[in-house]
Amino acid sequence: MTKLSNSDGFTNTLWKFFTSVKLSVFILLSLAMTSIIGTLIPQNENPMLYLKKYGEFRFSLFKSLDLFDMYHSWWFRFLLCMLTVNIIVCSINRLTATWKIIFPKTPKFNINRFRKMKNRQEWTSTSTPETLKTAYETYLKKRFKTFLVEPAENGYRLFAEKGRWTRLGVYVVHLSIIFLIIGGLVGSIFGFDGYVNIPEHESISSIFLQNSKLKKELGFEIRCNDFNISFYDSDMRNRNRMPKEYRSDLSIIKNNKEVIKKEIIVNDPLRYAGINIFQSSYGQTKASGLKYEKQAKMGQSIDMPGNTGTLKIEDFKSHFPYRGITLDNVYICVFTPKEGEPEHILIPENSRFDAMRNGDFIISIENLGNHLKITFTETGLKYYTGLQVTKDPGVPIVYTGFIFLIIGCYITFFMFHKKICVELTTAGGKTNVMVSGISEKNRPGMLSVTRRVANQLKHLK
Amino acid sequence: MTSSKIFSIITFLYGLALVLYIISWVFKKSFPGKLAVAATIAGATGNLAGVILRWIESYQMGIGHAPLSNLYESLIFFAMTIAIVHLFIAFKYKQRIIGVVSSPIPFLAMAYASLPKVNDSIQPLIPALQSNWLIAHVMACFIGYSAFAIAFGISIIFLLKSPDDEQQTGIMARIPDFDTLDDLTHQMVMFGFLFLSIGIITGAVWANQAWGRYWGWDPKETWSLITWLIYATMLHARLMRGWQGKRIAVLSCIGFFAVIFTYFGVNLLPGLHSYQ
Repeated sequence: MTKLSNSDGFTNTLWKFFTSVKLSVFILLSLAMTSIIGTLIPQNENPMLYLKKYGEFRFSLFKSLDLFDMYHSWWFRFLLCMLTVNIIVCSINRLTATWKIIFPKTPKFNINRFRKMKNRQEWTSTSTPETLKTAYETYLKKRFKTFLVEPAENGYRLFAEKGRWTRLGVYVVHLSIIFLIIGGLVGSIFGFDGYVNIPEHESISSIFLQNSKLKKELGFEIRCNDFNISFYDSDMRNRNRMPKEYRSDLSIIKNNKEVIKKEIIVNDPLRYAGINIFQSSYGQTKASGLKYEKQAKMGQSIDMPGNTGTLKIEDFKSHFPYRGITLDNVYICVFTPKEGEPEHILIPENSRFDAMRNGDFIISIENLGNHLKITFTETGLKYYTGLQVTKDPGVPIVYTGFIFLIIGCYITFFMFHKKICVELTTAGGKTNVMVSGISEKNRPGMLSVTRRVANQLKHLK
Repeated sequence: MTSSKIFSIITFLYGLALVLYIISWVFKKSFPGKLAVAATIAGATGNLAGVILRWIESYQMGIGHAPLSNLYESLIFFAMTIAIVHLFIAFKYKQRIIGVVSSPIPFLAMAYASLPKVNDSIQPLIPALQSNWLIAHVMACFIGYSAFAIAFGISIIFLLKSPDDEQQTGIMARIPDFDTLDDLTHQMVMFGFLFLSIGIITGAVWANQAWGRYWGWDPKETWSLITWLIYATMLHARLMRGWQGKRIAVLSCIGFFAVIFTYFGVNLLPGLHSYQ
């Protein structure tokens, strides 16, 4: 028995801990503050880059705190988890406590509270309380959901109200947040985010996962029938012209049969079997050809094969915005031809797919840890399309959350429970009328409602 | 008439409105206040006309798209939404005096947009921005920003006003009482919060359509979430802990700094949203 009550006590303490709004405020602010870190430290970059930027000590400190992938770190997830529990416990706690108050079997009105309201409007009418009662009853019944009338010492009291249910709006908002968190969780467990580059006229059946770089089989093939890039400026000599459209003609092939054929552009993906295929980047590649391999370190100049010039690898960027698309993991290089001006070129990492053409060679760079392996392949060029391939079964849950969030916020902020009381008292052949309104959360809103009702009642005889 | 001509006229109108509001406040005259409202209405109308004209001009150039695609266009749209939200307060809450703090913002936004370093040419849309979600996303975000900007202005008055001013007859006594200011801040924050939520959601749906993920922890996304969290904290502190007055005004200022950082500061950080 003692043991049981002890654990009860513990559960109670825990429950109480999670019902506190102070905790909510603390978690919300903690999430806000810690989120800033991830916008200052670029996320998911190459470790080599971090080491170079922050030095040995800060690198290992940041790494141990998961700051390089902080939005997926255990402590950030812990905060989200705490938020979820806090929202659920708070909502249940408040809902069970207020449910009976919000939805009583018979609505109760406390006349003394109405009499004390600052928003009350008072005037005198020459009609009798009975006449007024009948007229007001019709008016109030039409505009309010619930209507009650009770006789008073020298007249009547009329009560009307509507919008009780709007008090549940805040729970809709809370529920929406739970949906968002669950949807996110479902996506991260059952979904994936990968990429693949497909040269024109070729097909692939597996992709690479964005985070782990592991290979993943799709269970079907994607064929790139054609890739096209168009520019706003048709002048070929203009090197700074803006791209207008990247368009890939894709086919999905299952069991050697083409099941879908579609041209995709940046905002119009192909969806098949819960998997989405997005236009993400493009480039040029060569299927076969002679290869020359060289080794270099960052910042070192090397001679190109065939005495064509020199190449210097200046920097490495894991995200590099380039003409409206983001290139992942690119080396920024300077190519100096034998005769002519040096020029900057971008070479994406991962020699299997990405290469950037220059003159007679495709150059690709691979990071082997202590040095870079540079491969020069003789040309025979064709375009490849860079596709992002994702699956996220959590999306419908997240979208439901989105809808609830908007509806819930609207109800919570702009609708409110309105209670109106009209008291009619005879005094010396005349009738004193008092109109007063109560709203638990929107005083100014209730003031204007009360004024409007009073003004309209004044015209009723 | 070209859209850029219209924009220089409305910059003047917004500046005029600001001067008139200050005159009305300092000299306690209601006529300049009414003129200021008229100037703001003219400014907002012209602003809308300019936006529409610029939209048409982009089609005439053969690269038609809604004028919501770069810093210049966003500043002009921001000026318009603030002017409209401000007029809404002036009519709904009968608080013209708020114009003293809300009218500088459209004027400053327009003035900033006219600086030579802000590129005002109509540029074609890069493939990533070619989506109908662009309009809904940008509009919702800027309506939210506008409400937060005005909440910030009101909070500044709240913090400048001292309780002694209520009794005095100086210019500070003419600004609305603490309860009204506090309530207006709250109204604006609720309004802004709803639209910021819609803005984030439309952005997420768009991102899911264009890149296959609704959330990518891009700096701008993250900062909009930080802003959202700050205002969420503020709403909870007020509705659940009964915070009012000064503390709410301070939180409203912090929230607005997050808005400003989401809008401009993020350009210092890399990401999809940085204006080029």
